[in-house]
Amino acid sequence: MSLRSPLSRVLGSGSAKEGTDHWWLQRLTALALLLLGPWFLVTFARLDGYSEPEMVAWVGSPFNSIMLILMSVTLAWHSMLGIQIVIEDYVHSPGVKVVSIIVSKFGHVFLGVVAVVAILKVMLGS
Amino acid sequence: MAEFRLPPNSRITKGRHFPAGGSSDNVRRFVVYRFDPDSGDNPRMDTYEVDMESCGPMVLDALIKIKNEIDPTLTFRRSCREGICGSCAMNVDGRNTLACTAPSEGIKGDVKIYPLPHMGVIKDLVPDLTNFYAQYASIKPWLQTRTPASPDSERLQSKADQERIDEPAACILCACCSTSCPSYWWNSDRYLGPAALLAAYRWLVDSRDEATGERLDDLEDPFRLYRCHTIMNCTNTCPKNLNPARAIAETKKMLAERRH
Repeated sequence: MSLRSPLSRVLGSGSAKEGTDHWWLQRLTALALLLLGPWFLVTFARLDGYSEPEMVAWVGSPFNSIMLILMSVTLAWHSMLGIQIVIEDYVHSPGVKVVSIIVSKFGHVFLGVVAVVAILKVMLGS
Repeated sequence: MAEFRLPPNSRITKGRHFPAGGSSDNVRRFVVYRFDPDSGDNPRMDTYEVDMESCGPMVLDALIKIKNEIDPTLTFRRSCREGICGSCAMNVDGRNTLACTAPSEGIKGDVKIYPLPHMGVIKDLVPDLTNFYAQYASIKPWLQTRTPASPDSERLQSKADQERIDEPAACILCACCSTSCPSYWWNSDRYLGPAALLAAYRWLVDSRDEATGERLDDLEDPFRLYRCHTIMNCTNTCPKNLNPARAIAETKKMLAERRH
């Protein structure tokens, strides 16, 4: 049992003076996904039955590749912010928490980069 | 990780049954959480049959009748019995509320009564509110100014400015909202909870207060403020019909606005 006063425990190490950026970016990426998501779902549904060369040509068009890259980066970013919140909510052991957040961040950046490289590769035809 | 089962010594067992004595037809069963720290036993649910013909309309009336006439060991907090002191906050029929303003008649079937959720229990329906009160103290719930008070007049405030603090100032700190919030359940050591944040907002929007910046600095923290994910259990359960969720959202807006 700690002999620290209840107020001392609540004050802890003070405020991190942080969190507003995270909150704001989560909403901003959500807004972007509200615009990109419907485009992605509607156009993707129309691609049913495309042959491989047609598909490559579709991804390779400047507008589509820009939209796909924006979509991939925003999605990975939004998911990274959200997963961090879930980890902070539910993981209480400090070590496991930090490691989980690092693994999640690395994983999201990796997936985002993979998606962008894949789109560029198709677009540039190499 | 989060714990999804109660610790072994907190798991609830079946308790005693106190049948109604008389021949009244209007008998209701009150199933009440009991825990005595001195006994070393697990908590249990005791069932009391109460003759509603000789009982007041509110759940608190029934609890007082049980304590007076059936089982004097039943322990709970109560004072004003009119919804202004906040002492008798408890979980009645699955909802955090004040027992004194919750009519028994509005509840279907057995009336199940538990202490406020996810708090340490001191005895029966009495939760440990030490941390809750310390969180309230931490937001400095008093007027902070640099301008010296005028010796011959009050600190003036317009009617519109007073109206901004009317609602948040009506909070009675019963803890119904904070203890209904899952974020508070999992992280009450660091998350301030809706009650303390509503109180903080009351001072943020007080036109006479001169510490708005410092108050926002103190709140800007991933845990203190941003554990709120706006699920609105707080607003839903508030027995005074206040809106802590809106106050928290407004606080987040203030923080976002000062950096744009």
